[in-house]
Amino acid sequence: MPEVTIDWYIALSVILFTIGTLGVLLRRNAIIIFMSVEMMLNAANLAFVAFSRHLGDLDGQVLVFFVITVAAAEVAVGLALIVTIFRTKQSINIDEINLMKG
Amino acid sequence: MGNPIVFFILAAIAIAAGLGMLTSRNAVHSALFLVLNFATIAVLYITLNAPFIGMVQITVYAGAIMVLFLFVIMLLGADQLTGVAGKDKWQRYLAGLLAAALIVVFAIVLAQGNADADAVKMIDSTPGALGLRLFEGYVFPFEVTGVLLLTSMIGVVVLGRKKRGKDAGSNN
Repeated sequence: MPEVTIDWYIALSVILFTIGTLGVLLRRNAIIIFMSVEMMLNAANLAFVAFSRHLGDLDGQVLVFFVITVAAAEVAVGLALIVTIFRTKQSINIDEINLMKG
Repeated sequence: MGNPIVFFILAAIAIAAGLGMLTSRNAVHSALFLVLNFATIAVLYITLNAPFIGMVQITVYAGAIMVLFLFVIMLLGADQLTGVAGKDKWQRYLAGLLAAALIVVFAIVLAQGNADADAVKMIDSTPGALGLRLFEGYVFPFEVTGVLLLTSMIGVVVLGRKKRGKDAGSNN
């Protein structure tokens, strides 16, 4: 039975990151786009922890804490923005939110 | 780094949940798929000798953040609003192309990397050790994070405030 190496974790991280990218590119619902961004951040976290395990260094895990904190702050602000936009436009379809287009 | 069977089962669930989130028509289903994805990643953290990060992942991500998401989805009644990309079919193909290009680039980088045989170095990753490392080497970033959280909190309060003396439809 093959031993699980760091490459497998990185490959999984890459696949999850790409699924997140596809979500951002394909979906039109602003909330789903936010969730896809969360998934990309998670993929990066997985790579951090895998490297931390591989190198025997705790710094990777400490960085994951900062990523999680920034993600939480980002979600709070982003969802508040979405609620405000929904109040004025009655929609969160990003195709209809183009007021700032030049 | 752990049992291959466990890894493959977890990876399959994580990828399936990600695809489910991507393709679900209903936003609530997407959110629940994402919770499943976060939970499997938390177990992967545990297999990577990072149990505390795994628990934080479950409480903060799967708990707090996803509850916030579900709350907003249900508050707005936005669960049925929009599906996958609208009229422009070419956007879909372009997105697929870009995703394929991204994965090719990652694969090239991964193939070039020379990860040597797995170092069997078990480090001490208890909450105590993590806290020591955080406060020994990362005090300033820690403070900055506090300021960031305060800023976002004020921002959310300002954004969520009802404008007085104006009707809801025409606030600047």
